Amino acid sequence: MATTARSGGNASGSTAQRPNGTQQNKNCQFKLVLLGESAVGKSSLVLRFVKGQFHEYQESTIGAAFLTQTICIEDTVVKFEIWDTAGQERYHSLAPMYYRGAQAAIVVYDIQNQDSFQRAKTWVKELHKQASPNIVIALAGNKADLSNIRVVEYEEAKQYAEENGLLFMETSAKTGMNVNDIFLAIAKKLPKNDGAHNQGAPAGRRLNDNENNRQTNNCCK
Amino acid sequence: MNEEYDAIVLGTGLKECILSGMLSVSGKKVLHIDRNKYYGGESASITPLEELFQRFNVESPGEKYGRGRDWNVDLIPKFLMANGQLVKLLIHTGVTRYLEFKSIEGSYVYKGGKIAKVPVDQKEALASDLMGMFEKRRFRNFLVYVQDFKEDDPKTWKDFDPSKSNMQALYDKFGLDKNTQDFTGHALALFRDDEYLNEPAANTIRRIKLYSDSLARYGKSPYLYPMYGLGELPQGFARLSAIYGGTYMLDKPIDEIVLGEGGKVVGVRSGDEVAKCKQIYCDPSYVPDRVRKKGKVIRCICILDHPVANTKDALSTQIIIPQKQVGRKSDIYVSLVSYTHQVAAKGWFVGMVSTTVESDQPENEIKPGLDLLEPIAQKFITISDYLEPIDNGIDSQIFISESYDATTHFETTCLDVLDIFKRGTGEDFDFSKIKHELGDEDQ
Ligand SMILES: Cc1cc2nc3c(=O)[nH]c(=O)nc-3n(C[C@H](O)[C@H](O)[C@H](O)COP(=O)(O)OP(=O)(O)OC[C@H]3O[C@@H](n4cnc5c(N)ncnc54)[C@H](O)[C@@H]3O)c2cc1C
Ligand SMILES: Nc1nc2c(ncn2[C@@H]2O[C@H](COP(=O)(O)OP(=O)(O)O)[C@@H](O)[C@H]2O)c(=O)[nH]1
Ligand SMILES: [Mg+2]
Repeated sequence: MATTARSGGNASGSTAQRPNGTQQNKNCQFKLVLLGESAVGKSSLVLRFVKGQFHEYQESTIGAAFLTQTICIEDTVVKFEIWDTAGQERYHSLAPMYYRGAQAAIVVYDIQNQDSFQRAKTWVKELHKQASPNIVIALAGNKADLSNIRVVEYEEAKQYAEENGLLFMETSAKTGMNVNDIFLAIAKKLPKNDGAHNQGAPAGRRLNDNENNRQTNNCCK
Repeated sequence: MNEEYDAIVLGTGLKECILSGMLSVSGKKVLHIDRNKYYGGESASITPLEELFQRFNVESPGEKYGRGRDWNVDLIPKFLMANGQLVKLLIHTGVTRYLEFKSIEGSYVYKGGKIAKVPVDQKEALASDLMGMFEKRRFRNFLVYVQDFKEDDPKTWKDFDPSKSNMQALYDKFGLDKNTQDFTGHALALFRDDEYLNEPAANTIRRIKLYSDSLARYGKSPYLYPMYGLGELPQGFARLSAIYGGTYMLDKPIDEIVLGEGGKVVGVRSGDEVAKCKQIYCDPSYVPDRVRKKGKVIRCICILDHPVANTKDALSTQIIIPQKQVGRKSDIYVSLVSYTHQVAAKGWFVGMVSTTVESDQPENEIKPGLDLLEPIAQKFITISDYLEPIDNGIDSQIFISESYDATTHFETTCLDVLDIFKRGTGEDFDFSKIKHELGDEDQ
């Protein structure tokens, strides 16, 4: 069986030796999914986090539903493999495969839209039922730049998050507020010990031939 | 839904999802609908376990089989040939990145009431009790011939014309006995009956090569199986379609296929909504009056708490029972997957016995297969018609896939899909359309 880092799978926990031989860096890879109603800003959050961009009238981006971004915390390089919904949430047709094996999820709602908050709660329930038990879930109240016309109160969402063991932040993909922070908070909360958290996780193999030579650990600039 | 599409795809079985993905990638505007709440249709993996029991009207099992949601039970058993068409499609479309696979641990063949491992290398072949010593030597010569055989290089044919002479003649050339022929034709070339003996040898040689090339890829057996069950495959291709702009609607009943002038399709109706389209791609269940019955397949899903006897406790196996061994016209297939593929709760196994129906007592026909799996905790039997379209769809622009056949692998599935795509679009699928863009995506 292959033992290299992969998605849908495990923090590889492999310890890479630096050329000078003294310092050690841990590499972890995690699958992170975005969930939430259509138009709450899921794709925008990813775009902001990965490329630092924002588009006011963004049509769903064709072809881009699978992005990676790497961040460093202390001695650990955390690589997020980020799955966007590809619009399949629109008619409640998101495939279970999408969130299967995810180690982290950001459930997004729009602070101007009460329904989207209710829908977010449904997603949290679904994750607790279907996803791996150790999944780290963050709740994001997006479009915080529009807080003057909000309908979902900060305190209400905060309390719900606490009761359900979720990370919580209000974010704005438009201004960038809390976008990096929410990913960082998730990275901090994810277990990074050598795979101890993922007993029972599958150990299958990917079918591409170049599975063990993608290194992305030069992120600590 | 009240919009106009280039193509509407009905049903989210594997074939329809591959087609949907290929159409979206080719720039077509696609609407993809399923009447069920879940993806996969006949090629779904059923979860939780309670759902499977309900489907077969069996009383809910309670706690007996562990947590229900740890189960993902396939309705149709198939494995992927590691070097086969579906793997090529998965890699070329990038869908492989959504999936993980495991090799099937062992491939077995039934002989004289017992099962024997299909040898994977010379060492196993020498130790195998499938053949006597002299036969082994002859078989080895045969395999070397097949390995060296190149269709475009007559020198490698060694005074044998594979496009004119039949397979029986090739067996005879190497002096292989009936038993060896049986296991070569059924367990390596994966033929269901013996008609291939009278057909040109080239096709059989090709199939034995596919087997050994697949074996060479990952080792233990030529077969692969996706974690969480076969139902992941359609979902993966559906995601590909969505990424390229395809629109998805589950849980949407189809009330009518709307025809225009000359019987050509113009749309589909669901309730009082009509979606317009130029073409429809669908499985037989959406167009009962446009398909005919070609035969019947019986499949029995078996829940077990143990591996198959005499397989060295393999957590996954395929066993082929060649027709002649049990006095039949078509082979019986036994497959086993387990908790290690995340399709069953810890400690549990899912066996499947299937074959083409030959009599009016199909349940008796699969007995030799069931006997290999005993004791069986729970059985679920289905007998389904094998349906094919009555025409090629050109006039109506309604392109219908065939039912999933009895084959063990997905080769026929892929051929059907590629053929439908060509009929529908007038061209072969251009793989280069994807690779480039998906490469960008990963930066
Ligand atoms: C888990 C499992 C379940 C099964 N279930 C059933 C069942 O329910 N009923 C039943 O009768 N049988 C079943 N089988 C057995 C299966 O049908 C046979 O083993 C075999 O696949 C029959 O082949 P065929 O003669 O129908 O040819 P097909 O499988 O129809 O031929 C495969 C197609 O792929 C193409 N092809 C094959 N090899 C190559 C190659 N090397 N290169 C290029 N193209 C190739 C051929 O052109 C051919 O059209 C099952 C097997 C397994 C493992
Ligand atoms: N004002 C504001 N608009 C946003 C924000 N995030 C996304 N949007 C807009 O909301 C719309 C939907 O965003 P999108 O990312 O496509 O949502 P998705 O369907 O959840 O992926 C787009 O027009 C975005 O420009 C935000 O933080 N603030
Ligand atoms: Mg989006």
